[in-house]
Amino acid sequence: MMPKLNASNAVAALMCAALILLPVYSAATGNIFILTLFTRITIYALAAASLNLIMGYGGMMSFGHAAYLGIGGYAVGILAAEGIGSGFIQWPVALVVSALFALLIGALSLRTRGVYFIMITLAFAQMAYYVASALSRYGGDDGLTVYKRSDFAGLINLSDRNQFYYLCLACLFGGLYLIWRIVNSRFGLVVQGVRSNEQRMQAIGFHANRYRLVCFVISGTICGLAGALLANNTDFVSPAVMYWTRSGDLMVMVILGGMGSLFGPVVGAIVYLLLEELLSQFTEFSGLILGPVLLLIVLFARGGIMGLLGRMRRG
Amino acid sequence: MYLVVEQLLNGLQFGLLLFLLAAGLTLVFGIMDFVNLAHGSLYMMGAYFAATFVAWTGSFVLGALMALGATLLLGIALEYVALRHLYGRDHLDQVLATFGLILFFNDAVRLIWGPAGLALPLPTWLTVPVQIIPGVYYPAYRLMIIAVALAVAAMLYLVVMRTRVGMLIRAGASNREMIGALGINIKLLFTLVFGLGAALAGLAGLMQAPILTVQIGMGENILILAFVIIVIGGIGSIRGAFMAAIFVGIIDTMGRAFLPDLLRKVLSGAAASTAAPALSSMLIYLLMAIILVLRPEGLFPAAKR
Repeated sequence: MMPKLNASNAVAALMCAALILLPVYSAATGNIFILTLFTRITIYALAAASLNLIMGYGGMMSFGHAAYLGIGGYAVGILAAEGIGSGFIQWPVALVVSALFALLIGALSLRTRGVYFIMITLAFAQMAYYVASALSRYGGDDGLTVYKRSDFAGLINLSDRNQFYYLCLACLFGGLYLIWRIVNSRFGLVVQGVRSNEQRMQAIGFHANRYRLVCFVISGTICGLAGALLANNTDFVSPAVMYWTRSGDLMVMVILGGMGSLFGPVVGAIVYLLLEELLSQFTEFSGLILGPVLLLIVLFARGGIMGLLGRMRRG
Repeated sequence: MYLVVEQLLNGLQFGLLLFLLAAGLTLVFGIMDFVNLAHGSLYMMGAYFAATFVAWTGSFVLGALMALGATLLLGIALEYVALRHLYGRDHLDQVLATFGLILFFNDAVRLIWGPAGLALPLPTWLTVPVQIIPGVYYPAYRLMIIAVALAVAAMLYLVVMRTRVGMLIRAGASNREMIGALGINIKLLFTLVFGLGAALAGLAGLMQAPILTVQIGMGENILILAFVIIVIGGIGSIRGAFMAAIFVGIIDTMGRAFLPDLLRKVLSGAAASTAAPALSSMLIYLLMAIILVLRPEGLFPAAKR
């Protein structure tokens, strides 16, 4: 099936091509900064895409998604500090711990709905934040330096700028492909059905909360992967990664790009982080502009940037 | 024993302060159905205004009153310019827009007052300790916070339960469209309620200012606590917010004061000194999670819509 040629698909295709070719541009111009910036952007895009899976398709407004960034990061950091440097151990542990955390808080949080769900996910993320702050053996409040990036036995070298960028990009594309498959599968259709009418889905015999919970766990696991990447990228992990404003940043990326659109969170992450970076180049008070811009986007561009593009096509 | 009394009073004082913040939040949430993350910024602005005006006028009381007026005006201006266009929109849109406002206010404060925090010195007549029961002294300023907050709570109760405006507020909370259809100017009512909430947040900020430093981001920690309170208390319920605020204030303070010693009796020294700070900071969130799991609508849910 050939995807329709319209503004949003064209933007998504161009964006993917640009992301793939970025290291070439960076090597040609010697601009290393743009590569490190976009490494960070792809990682946050993956985290935002995982949040979009539950927010956009599942209707679950999690305000504690940054917790998984921290959990994935701390899994890598703590194992590295204990002398286990192999990525083949670190990364599966990061994923499994994130999945277990998501399973636990999902099982409890999914008893509530609406604003209460937003608040209970926030509460659990804050708990994770305080636990991390109290890990005095692993840096506590000050955070934990990761002295050596995950070691993949010569398969891939994470300390190489280009290889690490492509690894992050591969994780992003892999994550997006997985989300796309999930959304279009029978499972994904049930989850979306539950979002639009829970009673009806229950009545035709689907155990709504079980579907929701599985979706919630998948999303948390993907975000845990982003956390493992992030710890490797910054060579550092600290409780600040899990603070509620970080969850807010992720939410902003999803809504800004367009909730419930596959590439929306990627666009959102790129625009939000680029804007932040560009503004900080010529003013140290970037929030003075970024804040009102967010407000204006909400007021005048419903459905985020992808929604805006979709409307452009219809004229 | 004296320590327990002192900590109980500290908890009460903190709880009442949280109530001032939560009352505005729950009114705005309950009546306009509006999630305002920027409520913490108004709290911060109250503190900064107070520090500025007190230094300017040289009088604590006069400066505080001016700061209160300034936050009220700021709240009304904010509602008029931006937020009124967001009523009736999705909660997520409101979260995004008010998150933008937090970024704006933080950097605006950094631009105007600089990145370093400010101090708000107390006048000497408020720094003396007062003997409350024989042998127990308590700072006069904290007693004043308790008195002012209790007075405001009582006034709020009278206004909401006994006046015509209060009746409209309650009617607005139970059915917004209907009171609009009955010819009440809800736009004006909403602006007033928002201004009232802003002034309460500003009051909380300026009263907290002499105890902590006035700094950027001071509203963000406490905002989450205020949200916890309105969720525990039941959204839209002022009575629920009052009970929950005092409950949260006392549990948080007592936890921080006594949990380390309690844990040391059960665990080894090293384990206790690791677990205690985490556990005492988590206590409130743990409490909220338990309450939400058991009673998903909060302890004192407002009347059903």
